[in-house]
Amino acid sequence: MAVATRPPKRHESIATWRWGDRIAFALCWAAGIGLCLIAALIVGYMAIRGIQYLKPSLLWSHPSGEVDQSNSGGFLDPILGTVLLTIIGIGIATPIAVATAVWVVEYGRPSWLARAVESGIEVVAGTPDIVLAIFGLALFQQGLFGWMSFTAEGGAVFGRSFLTAGAMMSLIALPMVYGNTREGLQAIPRHVREASYGLGKTRIATIRRVLLPAVKPNISTGAALGMGRIAGDTAIVVVLLGATLRLESEGSVPGANVLKGTGSTLTSYVYNNSPAGEGNAAEKAYAAAFVLLLVVVALNFAVDLLARRGAQTGLEGTRLGAGR
Amino acid sequence: MLERLRQPWPDRRAELLLGALACAVLLIIVLMVVFVAREAWPTFRHNGLSWLGPGGNVDSQIGTMVNGGRDFHLRAWPLVWGTVLTTGLAVAFGLAFALLASIFIVEFAPDRLRAIIVPVVRLLAAVPSVIFGLIGILVLVPFVGNHIVTAGQKKSVEFVVQLSGASLLVATVILTVMIVPIMIAIIVDALYAVPRTWKEGAVALGVNRWRAMWTVSVRAARPAIIAAAVLATARALGEAIMLSMVSGSVGFAPNPFDGPLFLLEPLRPLAATIVEDAESLQAPAVRSSVYAFALLLLFSSLFLSLAGFLAKQPMKKYGARI
Repeated sequence: MAVATRPPKRHESIATWRWGDRIAFALCWAAGIGLCLIAALIVGYMAIRGIQYLKPSLLWSHPSGEVDQSNSGGFLDPILGTVLLTIIGIGIATPIAVATAVWVVEYGRPSWLARAVESGIEVVAGTPDIVLAIFGLALFQQGLFGWMSFTAEGGAVFGRSFLTAGAMMSLIALPMVYGNTREGLQAIPRHVREASYGLGKTRIATIRRVLLPAVKPNISTGAALGMGRIAGDTAIVVVLLGATLRLESEGSVPGANVLKGTGSTLTSYVYNNSPAGEGNAAEKAYAAAFVLLLVVVALNFAVDLLARRGAQTGLEGTRLGAGR
Repeated sequence: MLERLRQPWPDRRAELLLGALACAVLLIIVLMVVFVAREAWPTFRHNGLSWLGPGGNVDSQIGTMVNGGRDFHLRAWPLVWGTVLTTGLAVAFGLAFALLASIFIVEFAPDRLRAIIVPVVRLLAAVPSVIFGLIGILVLVPFVGNHIVTAGQKKSVEFVVQLSGASLLVATVILTVMIVPIMIAIIVDALYAVPRTWKEGAVALGVNRWRAMWTVSVRAARPAIIAAAVLATARALGEAIMLSMVSGSVGFAPNPFDGPLFLLEPLRPLAATIVEDAESLQAPAVRSSVYAFALLLLFSSLFLSLAGFLAKQPMKKYGARI
């Protein structure tokens, strides 16, 4: 079918090219194939190791700090930690990012402030996660934020908890949600808004009733991308969540005690069980890394499904920075 | 309360509320600079600008601080040099690789292969850094340590550093793989954004497909290529976990005059140092030093954001959304 619609392609023979051009052509092919090979090797190796070491019991047993690897338990707590942290992070990031995008695109007055906010988001996107983590520690160790973690004797604030880590994680997800929402809003034609104004709606009513429902797919794409980033981040977990083996709750209020407590995620579990960490249990690390990879790939698939429409190159989703 | 939310909102108040939320982002950046700089101040006051310079063993200096010494003396050069080396090498190799791969995706790849390679790039971009680190430390490091480093080489430097395989080589290779997808995403977008007619004009003049791509499209997309390099640099600078796993974690500055041995020497970049010393922040001197490393990274990334912004301006002329 495709053959009929397309004009016949005249293929020029490579044999007429100069040698330099032929080498460049070969290098391009090599780069493309090499990229696929590297990805295949990474995913394949992780899959083999993961399936080899992953036992179902690992998924629902608590970890414990035994040296003997048959007794050190599974990674239920890290999985719960990943889920909890991702929910907190995206829960904080989405409303702020959507509000920011709406303000920048729909109001954007004064324009210098809108431009400043836009570059501000790019700056946040470009800031290394480890710097965000260490900044979060300095910020949340202020007495003002004592309610987010726990306060030791003498008034020193610990600064490490799910809440503080989630708050910093939201900064990682924010640029992705913002970028996608902004692109969605900009893609809505002008006349849609004018029709709504013509019916006597105010700006904010138009935003709530017309524009936000229209950009819902973009928001979910951004949120899924942001969740992938949060689930895959290690530095913030190691610094701000304490990377304790189990979820350790603080205080007595049910629910809030877990949020104020420390814990670990799959990423910090992998880190601590690699030879670089204290655990040094390669099998556990492989198994957890495989689960982590599955989570991230699943989120990526979700992005694919959400962003089917309007993709020209298919690469929009990888916009790793703010919505450039 | 909920009833009031369902009522129509006053437009003016909504604008102010949304604007205030948007400006919170700016506040966060200001807070970030202020807090990190305030914590880092003691170390700079004590060391001055020679903090950046070489002098002594950085690991033993930090070790003294961890043991509760109130001595702020630190010469961070090996760590800074480690960051410069890993970032510079990875971006240089990565840029060449990403450019070739992007040209392949845009121009040469058969449709069926393109349908595979685009998701592959996205997958590589999504793999968490700790997984790259795990593969590095469990596969590449032992391989380099056992097969590439010879016993003679180990012997020759055994009084200075241990060559275990965790090295500049492994760090650079993995870092390159990590930043290439970011660059490809930007460069491919830019190459697609070059007006078709420009390239068609070149082809009509009789040049072959590679020449048309290289002399017209790539040249037109130069700003985006620079922007891609800048963004990748920012990413490489801040990579902490993977580098702390595979770089050997020794505060040693690899010496380019050592010949091939240079690539096999261990090091530890700034970001990895922050991760590893985050445990000992109670010691005031360590705390201040760690925040000083963070401040250096923060200013570098601010500077790179600015550079990236400036680099992207020319592309906007013909409507490319980068």
